[in-house]
Amino acid sequence: MSEETTGSREPNAQTQSGQTQGSRTPVLQPGYTYASVTDKISAITLSRRTPLGWWIGFGFAFIWVMVLLFAIAYLFAVGVGIWGINIPVAWGFAITNFVWWIGIGHAGTLISAILLLMRQQWRTSINRFAEAMTIFAVACAAMFPVLHLGRPWYFYWLIPYPNTMDMWPQFRSPLIWDFFAVSTYGTVSLIFWYIGLIPDLATLRDRSPSRAGRAVYGILAMGWRGAARHWRRYEIAYLLLAGLATPLVVSVHSVVSLDFTVAQLPGWHSTIFPPYFVAGAIFSGFGMVLTIAIPVRRFYHLEDFVTMRHLRNMALVMLATGLIVDYGYAMETFMAWYSGREVEIYAILNRLLGPYSLVYWAVLGCNVLAIQVLWFRRARSNVPLLFVVALIVNVGMWLERYMIVVVSLHRDFLPSSWHMFYPTIWDWATFIGSLGLFTALLFLFLRLLPMISISEMRELVLETGGGGDNQEQRRGA
Amino acid sequence: MSTPSTPAQGALYGLVAEFPTSEALLAATRRAYSAGYRRMEAYTPFPVEGLVEALDFHQTHIPLVVLLGGLAGGIGGYVLQYWINVIHYRLDVGGRPLHSWPAFIPVTFETTILIAALAAVLGMLALNGLPMPYHPLFNVPRFAAVTRDGFFLCIEARDAQFDRVETRHFLESLEACEVSDVEP
Repeated sequence: MSEETTGSREPNAQTQSGQTQGSRTPVLQPGYTYASVTDKISAITLSRRTPLGWWIGFGFAFIWVMVLLFAIAYLFAVGVGIWGINIPVAWGFAITNFVWWIGIGHAGTLISAILLLMRQQWRTSINRFAEAMTIFAVACAAMFPVLHLGRPWYFYWLIPYPNTMDMWPQFRSPLIWDFFAVSTYGTVSLIFWYIGLIPDLATLRDRSPSRAGRAVYGILAMGWRGAARHWRRYEIAYLLLAGLATPLVVSVHSVVSLDFTVAQLPGWHSTIFPPYFVAGAIFSGFGMVLTIAIPVRRFYHLEDFVTMRHLRNMALVMLATGLIVDYGYAMETFMAWYSGREVEIYAILNRLLGPYSLVYWAVLGCNVLAIQVLWFRRARSNVPLLFVVALIVNVGMWLERYMIVVVSLHRDFLPSSWHMFYPTIWDWATFIGSLGLFTALLFLFLRLLPMISISEMRELVLETGGGGDNQEQRRGA
Repeated sequence: MSTPSTPAQGALYGLVAEFPTSEALLAATRRAYSAGYRRMEAYTPFPVEGLVEALDFHQTHIPLVVLLGGLAGGIGGYVLQYWINVIHYRLDVGGRPLHSWPAFIPVTFETTILIAALAAVLGMLALNGLPMPYHPLFNVPRFAAVTRDGFFLCIEARDAQFDRVETRHFLESLEACEVSDVEP
């Protein structure tokens, strides 16, 4: 996966690689014990004082949650006419946002599932909040297809259930596949995250100073007591869940891409879409993980746990998947020319030179040009620069989704049906509102749950050779 | 409550010993097993390699549960689609075949993953006997360290060889830092 990974979890190999690593940045700064990692991570959650910065950040995000609720209430009252959508651009912002959000979630699943199976030790300190990011991103994503239904309150008609109308869904439609893909993805991500949280919830239960905290964390921890037999079943179940979540990393965005590519519209009807969407999803997801990780590690002083090695590895994954996306851009253009079909060629020319050409060139600037700086180790080690690149990637990927949805739709086969799409204030309110919802949920998570897996960090302490004398330290304390 | 001179009063759940490191706990568990104790459990803040083997615990049944879940999800998902779109609610679109199996693959795949994942989680919780809000070990104040840096071995009173005094002496001989009674 990258230049800076240690493959094995065997204790002997670990100490060896620990010695031979030399100048490499470790995945955990030395000197930590089981007790001190536990105390440091749980203190963020258990401290009675909420930092002022948290209130400011959460408050700002919460304002946008209110804007979102207002926009949704108005949408329910008046209908989708408040958006800039029309025929042919019936999808507009809603599906752009859906595809963008669901893509962001993929990095969390990749980190928690695939990197676990590949025994990438550096995933340990970032997997918890990457998984949280996945769940919140899926929540934001799932909202949009429902909202863009003309009558959103009937969305449950997608579920196959016996009903008095005696109607059933059409299982040959990608929209139904999408419903199953996204709901499965959301459910599996949530239970995977929760299972990972159980031992840490038990830690919070045992360490919470308040009665309410002990009760709430106690209920959520389900009576976890670290029994050896429990741990064995837990580890096997966790590993199998990782194995089950792994195909989801590839399948969810593939199914989302089928929503487009099964249609015959020029700009959508392309065989490269599934892999191109998956790479784009992981690319934008790692952009979002970096966007969150960089300020959070600084604000909560977690530089010892989320080290430069994590940031550099994530930058490398971003570069690699970004290059796959760039290949997708090249192939889309090439295949349009190679197909010799007039409408396909026109769709690409319209993308390059048409009324939305600025979007296309901005996409190339963000997702092709900007990431090339990550080839250099010095750039990957420069935290502010990484943050800026991650932000550019987030913007670039949103614009890419916009390009795929709107630019392809607005000029289809029949020039008489061509129409421009102009977002209204309600489009923007819903989109920025969803960003606010995501941020607000993230702030709540940082305050109420351990953002780094404590039990896995204790294992990491053992594997990196620490932890032996912790008992004496505790007795002294 | 942890002094050895505690007078015997009522039945006990067992005796729990605390060890300073995972290595000490592992060695103690092995010695307790070879001394003939069977009804016992080790408690650790993270999974310790070799500990369940020392307790002679091998079959978790989790893989079987997940396999059955996956099979149920896959077969159930396909049968659901077949029954709906081929038998019960035929949708004839341009005379295309009703049993268009390639179109049924995505949903079959998703239901397989979904039910297998739910089976993994619910199976793990059920086999572990969770949720269990009350457990006698929670009565031992020191036991809270099990979620921080404490390593514990509990020999339960229902063990055939359990004797309140003998077992305590045995646990103390294993270089435990502390041995406590566990009230039921």
